[in-house]
Amino acid sequence: MLAQVTSPPVQTPDVVWSALTPLMTLAVGAILLIMFRSIVKRMPAEFDAAITTAIGPATVLGMWIVGGLVGNDVPLADLRDDVSEPVFYIGLIAVLVLSAGFVRSMRIGFDAAFTVGVGLVSFVATVVLWQQHFRPADLSEADLLAGANPGGGPIAAFGTQYGLDGFALVFGGLIALAVVSSALLFDGYLRRERLEGAEMYVLLMLSAAGGLVMVGANDLIVLFLGLETLSIAVYVMAAMHSRRTEALEAGLKYFVLGAFSSAFLLYGMAMVYGATGSLNLLEIRAYLEATILIDDAMLLIGFGMLLVGLGFKVAAVPFHAWTPDVYQGAPTPVVAFMASAVKAAGFAALVRVFYLSFIGFAEDWQPVIYALAVATLLLGSLLAIVQRDAKRMLAYSSISHAGFILVGVQAATGRGVASVVFYAAAYTFLVIGSFGVLTVVSGEGDRATSLDDLNGLNRRNPALAFAFTIFLLGQAGVPLTTGFVAKFEVIGAAVDARSFWLAIIAMIAAVVSAFLYLRIVLSMYLGSADEEAEPISVNPAAAVAIVAALLLTIGFGVVPGPIDQLANDAILAFTG
Amino acid sequence: MQSLLLAAGGSATFPVLSALVVLPVIGALFLLLLPNSRPENFKQITFLFSAVVGAMAIWVLTAFDTSPAHAAEMQLENSHTWIESLGISWHLGIDGISLWLVVLTGVIFPIAIVAIDAEHTPKAYYAWLLVLEAGCMGVFLALDLFAFFVFFEIVLIPMYFLIGQWGHGERAYAATKFFIYTMFGSALMLVGILSLAFLNEAETGVLTFNLIELAESQAIATTTARWIFLSFALAFAVKVPLFPVHTWLPDAHTNAPTAGSVILAAVMLKLGTYGFLRFGIYLFPEAAVWFAPALVTLGTIGIIYGAVAATMQRDLKRLVAYSSVAHLGFIVIGTFALNTEGIEGGILQMVNHGLSTGALFLLVGWIYDRRHTREISELGGLQKPAPYFAGVFMVVMLSSIGLPGLNGFVGEFLTLIGAFAAHRWWAVVAASGVIIAALYLLWAYQRVFHGPAEGDNATMKDLTLKEAFIMAPFLFGIVFMGVYPKPVIERMEPAVDALISHVEFHVDDFEEPTADIVVPVAADDHGDDAEDAEDDH
Repeated sequence: MLAQVTSPPVQTPDVVWSALTPLMTLAVGAILLIMFRSIVKRMPAEFDAAITTAIGPATVLGMWIVGGLVGNDVPLADLRDDVSEPVFYIGLIAVLVLSAGFVRSMRIGFDAAFTVGVGLVSFVATVVLWQQHFRPADLSEADLLAGANPGGGPIAAFGTQYGLDGFALVFGGLIALAVVSSALLFDGYLRRERLEGAEMYVLLMLSAAGGLVMVGANDLIVLFLGLETLSIAVYVMAAMHSRRTEALEAGLKYFVLGAFSSAFLLYGMAMVYGATGSLNLLEIRAYLEATILIDDAMLLIGFGMLLVGLGFKVAAVPFHAWTPDVYQGAPTPVVAFMASAVKAAGFAALVRVFYLSFIGFAEDWQPVIYALAVATLLLGSLLAIVQRDAKRMLAYSSISHAGFILVGVQAATGRGVASVVFYAAAYTFLVIGSFGVLTVVSGEGDRATSLDDLNGLNRRNPALAFAFTIFLLGQAGVPLTTGFVAKFEVIGAAVDARSFWLAIIAMIAAVVSAFLYLRIVLSMYLGSADEEAEPISVNPAAAVAIVAALLLTIGFGVVPGPIDQLANDAILAFTG
Repeated sequence: MQSLLLAAGGSATFPVLSALVVLPVIGALFLLLLPNSRPENFKQITFLFSAVVGAMAIWVLTAFDTSPAHAAEMQLENSHTWIESLGISWHLGIDGISLWLVVLTGVIFPIAIVAIDAEHTPKAYYAWLLVLEAGCMGVFLALDLFAFFVFFEIVLIPMYFLIGQWGHGERAYAATKFFIYTMFGSALMLVGILSLAFLNEAETGVLTFNLIELAESQAIATTTARWIFLSFALAFAVKVPLFPVHTWLPDAHTNAPTAGSVILAAVMLKLGTYGFLRFGIYLFPEAAVWFAPALVTLGTIGIIYGAVAATMQRDLKRLVAYSSVAHLGFIVIGTFALNTEGIEGGILQMVNHGLSTGALFLLVGWIYDRRHTREISELGGLQKPAPYFAGVFMVVMLSSIGLPGLNGFVGEFLTLIGAFAAHRWWAVVAASGVIIAALYLLWAYQRVFHGPAEGDNATMKDLTLKEAFIMAPFLFGIVFMGVYPKPVIERMEPAVDALISHVEFHVDDFEEPTADIVVPVAADDHGDDAEDAEDDH
């Protein structure tokens, strides 16, 4: 025991800066924006318009430069060689001009445009990193022998504390895209609610940066830091609509329960440290593989506490109680971010900790996750159908979806983890789309979210009703949407792990929640709208977010191959 | 000519089966892109697309290779990788079992589209119809379990909207009930499909969803296969619908718009019975034999129950809906007789029911358009103002009853022979269903068309020329298949025989049940059939 107490000399960790780019982009973006806004409160209108328009080309250039920095090459060099240099650069300039025109036509505010740009750059960085390090298809046998490491383990980005592997990169990319779409939704929302200001965007980027820390954490303390950065920013965002008491209540509730769960998480980490003598995920795994614990009570208590803490974050029953109130009270675009990015980050952390470090003890934690999954699936879908408020309904349905992802976690196989990745990717866009539509429909004061308010939406805006229908059917798991393939993968993983009853329960829960989605669809198409109900117009920025989510949902629903491949490549780090 | 077409199809230069599925979807997307300013175009364009699909389906019929070497095989196959890591492919093919259902689908849709105008929002209405056509075609053509499930499930969406948005009465309730019932069935089938694929992988080392590979490998333990069959059977039983999970059907039929009812009856109910044949029996021969008595029992109960319930209906459309439950019962007992006569009769009856019940729903829909009621008690004496209408209705109705010389008879007769060989007493009970069918249909006909015509009934418009043209293909099919079913039976027989020998090969102590009586299969001489049937009654 003494050997563990003796601390090694503090070393400067090796930092691979390129691997930190996605994270740094978001963090630096947040800092730049808050600094800029604390100096320049208001800009003259013409100047504002000009600088906002300039963000378009700046984003394109940023993506190009960051891509080049990360990839150690001129980005798109292949394309440049193919089409000859002058053509390529003329094309680039054309894209720059077009992007400026695009931003202008969206009539988006400066802060939102900046955030979208930062999110896109961060996303491009994850893509380039992926291509550089985790493109197993392109690696030959010789490369592997020469020591290439196609996701065979995380790239140590910051000593042994923080690393990026395929798994982290996929989740990082998802979070970056969630930032982009949430920022697009925020723009119209904040203007409508007269809450203009950079704070929401700064918090959004900070929170996402926390999420990126979380998905790449190789150390429990780093994980905790990421989680807290993510959570604290979201607590504030939930309460941001300060004139709505519901929002304040939501923020407070979320904060108190979140802090409570963080305590559990921290306690769990302490227990695991006590049992294994390390906080590093890979060291814990190595220790557990090499050692037979005479008394594993402390470790198991640690598992339990970690599960409680992460269970709160992903809203698994019985730790879900905050979800309906918070989702109903918080500003709708914030809910879109919470249900997509925060949930995805939570599941990434859960899988990382339990699958990467504690895989040897799978027999101990699998039954617990099994029970959690059953409770989450059934309670989430059953309670959803008795709700009268669409946001509350979707809150419960998001609980049910968490149950589905837990089914994938429970399998504790490579296929299970891949299905978690797929489900998270599919659900991110489904939920952003759904809450995106609700953001537009809810009207001034964010009030009109009850089922009656959705009555006759088809007449008020057929396109919006159609989009919402697709998102809801996708969540119900109807084929040719990503939602179906996600369910297919998760159930496949469960069956592959011989958890037949869990698969059956999950599908029954899916049918129960289909009833709920149909209720919303019915009220949109059959419910009679008030005579004076006006047509709903969608602001261009939100429309872009909704349409993008729609195209991804249907596109990858029809052709799921690429995402399936991505999910399978992403878990190479875990399965070797 | 035929050999030329065959060469074109056989060389697989043009993936005609994929086109059958994809073309309606392209049509639906095309409709969505059209401006709303000229709504009258929507119907014409939809008809055009569905007519081209119908023409292609008939072309497939002519291109179908009936030479003994190939007649039992999957033909015109078309396969592309869909999801590589899971061994899923877009794999379509056609054989003697699916051929007639594909043709039926191809023919019924253009008719249903041209026969009835959308009551409102035509663009969405026609787009949904085209999506529905694509889904139905897909189910009949899919040879990959993933693709099959996708199509099987996707047909719910257009039908849900057709009932919900364009239906009558309790349409929201009916649409939701329809959706939830069918989804519940198929949800468990999804678990079944995945279990089958992964358990098969555990045994053989290959993860595949290819129907033929899975059916040939038969690697799964007997008890497990029974459980998985059960999950499939539940999905199909809801879709058929078998007693006791049929309760969605009367509601859906009654409240659906006319075109929806026609397609629901003519095509969609066949998804379940076809599924039993193609996926139930073929994938799980042992389990199918084991469960056959139970399914035949349910089918028989369905025949009697559907017939008795139909007798008591006051609503003409609901009456036809319950008669569907009875007719589908015949298909199920024929299918699970597991002999050539039974299965052939089942397939024939699928087509027959599509023709006669589809036509009945159309006619009832036209009565509703003219009289704005379907209550039998409010109708009466329609024969006087509308003699041609009454005549057509009578022919269709008699086909539904199973009058010798019309199509319904051939199918019912074959299923009963098959069932008689396998489960004698069930066949006896089921045959009494034929009598009750005569009772309720003739009674209904009498009340609606005979007697004095009063009030609005006296002035009901007769069949228009357009309607006569629409009914013509139905009448042609009804009479042709009644008088000369040979070409139809001929094309399905090799595939049916192959299916039965597949069952015999994989199930140890199973032999095709045969009756002691001599059965004229592919009857050249129809007169014999008729005499036999009269004895039977």
